[in-house]
Amino acid sequence: MSAASWLLALLQALLFIAAAPLLAAWVKRVKSRLQNRRGPALLQPYRDLRKLFAKESVVAHTASPLFRAAPYVVFAATCLAAALIPLVAAQLPTAAVADVIVLVGLLGLARFFLALAGMDVGTAFGGMGSSREMLVSGLAEPALLLAVFTLAMSAHTTNLASVIDYVGRADFALRPSFMFAFGAMLLVAVAETGRVPVDNPATHLELTMIHEAMILEYSGRHLALMEWAAQLKLMIYGVLVANVFFPWGIATELTPAALGMGLLAVTAKLALLGIALALSETVLAKMRLFRAPLYLNVAFLLALLGLLSHVILEVGA
Amino acid sequence: MNLLHLTLTEQAVFVLAALVLFTSFALLAQARLLAAVHAFAWQGALVAAATALMAAAGGESHLYLSAALTLGLKAILIPWMLHRLIRRLALERHVESMTHPALVTMAGAAIVIFCYWVVLPIARLELAATRNILAISLSVVLLGLLMMVARRQAVSQVIGFMSMENGLFLAAVAATSGMPLVVELGVAFDVLVAAVLFGVFFLQIRDSIDSLDVDRLNRLTETELEAAEQEGER
Repeated sequence: MSAASWLLALLQALLFIAAAPLLAAWVKRVKSRLQNRRGPALLQPYRDLRKLFAKESVVAHTASPLFRAAPYVVFAATCLAAALIPLVAAQLPTAAVADVIVLVGLLGLARFFLALAGMDVGTAFGGMGSSREMLVSGLAEPALLLAVFTLAMSAHTTNLASVIDYVGRADFALRPSFMFAFGAMLLVAVAETGRVPVDNPATHLELTMIHEAMILEYSGRHLALMEWAAQLKLMIYGVLVANVFFPWGIATELTPAALGMGLLAVTAKLALLGIALALSETVLAKMRLFRAPLYLNVAFLLALLGLLSHVILEVGA
Repeated sequence: MNLLHLTLTEQAVFVLAALVLFTSFALLAQARLLAAVHAFAWQGALVAAATALMAAAGGESHLYLSAALTLGLKAILIPWMLHRLIRRLALERHVESMTHPALVTMAGAAIVIFCYWVVLPIARLELAATRNILAISLSVVLLGLLMMVARRQAVSQVIGFMSMENGLFLAAVAATSGMPLVVELGVAFDVLVAAVLFGVFFLQIRDSIDSLDVDRLNRLTETELEAAEQEGER
């Protein structure tokens, strides 16, 4: 791997991190339009982040050092996860150093520290949010891993770039397993990023909130890092769904034309996904918390059916 | 046997078969009766579509007739009858309380694995290209059976029974490109008559025990009367 490809990988990671607030703003804007509101400008999250970084961060006097360290750990782990995902080009050196299981592990690390930070100060809301987050993620993670394994079994690898390469190169075939894995992935993505049927990202004034309850005690730059990490997570799942299941247009060689094409393709795919997410958030109502296990049970079942239909129908005897 | 060696029509049949399996799980987990009837109708429609596609793939014209029969009976007529029955029994808003829904779903997944293992030697025989569907159809049969075991509501038990028939039909079509037409017609009308009879049964059951919870059939009415009398004495 040459220095140029490492540089390109670094640029791609930076682009990923910089573009994450834009995707969140896009979803918010489309959702506002669907509800007959004008909605905030697309650059609003960047302004919010700048404002928060400039502000002083207030920390409760009961907070331990872990409370101060958690935003950095969460943000760093999420950034590292983002750097592993092929955004514009598939064959970059960062994709080769880690596979999907490491990716899930990094997201797990971020979530672990997020939950710890929620409980650290000792407020009722924080503990509640942490316990709910763990309930949701403990059920979502097996479904995510099974969906990933379904893809991995078809592609014979857990490396994300190779999976994308395999899906992109293979002749067109109707694969029941991919269909189920795609459904499971969508359900898990919605649950993990705290979107509407499971959690409501637009409020922190509800007793039913999950993510907002955990970061309620944060302010200033700590809050900025936490929010940025959440936006990154949305982008990570969006790119995973868009690039793994529909890898059309992603650059397989490192020429300027291919890279430009890849950038265009991923932007279009993410814009479409954002519209789909906003639509589903407008149509659906938030579930009761105790329905969330049922919802994730469906996701797990879909992933399991994907795995089984791969073994039964696609490999055969 | 690789998926890529099959024609696009055969691949579409596989996708439909996988969706039939998914509707079986949807039936298993669905607590609302009307939604379960809708899922059953979708299952019938998917089986009919798979049959029609297999007819197109194998060039067997008599399969088109069975596809039309399946669509008419299992996707339209029987769901419509069940629908009317549910409205007549005023069960539209009935939500069945299931014990351990997640456990039942996992048992269903175990059944699918078991069926795959059972069918493995059969699938090695050189039957049609669609023989891999045998495991799916056997699972649909056993999932219907599991639904009959796990549910206490008489209507959902009947839906489980009907979905078993869907599985049998899919197996026949997948393995040997359909049964003789006479047999098929006979089975179709058997199912239809069964649906009518079950309707009569529901009304009878409800008249005698005032509920469609078949668990209550295990109890003797006299003991219940005695218990009620003792309650009254206190």
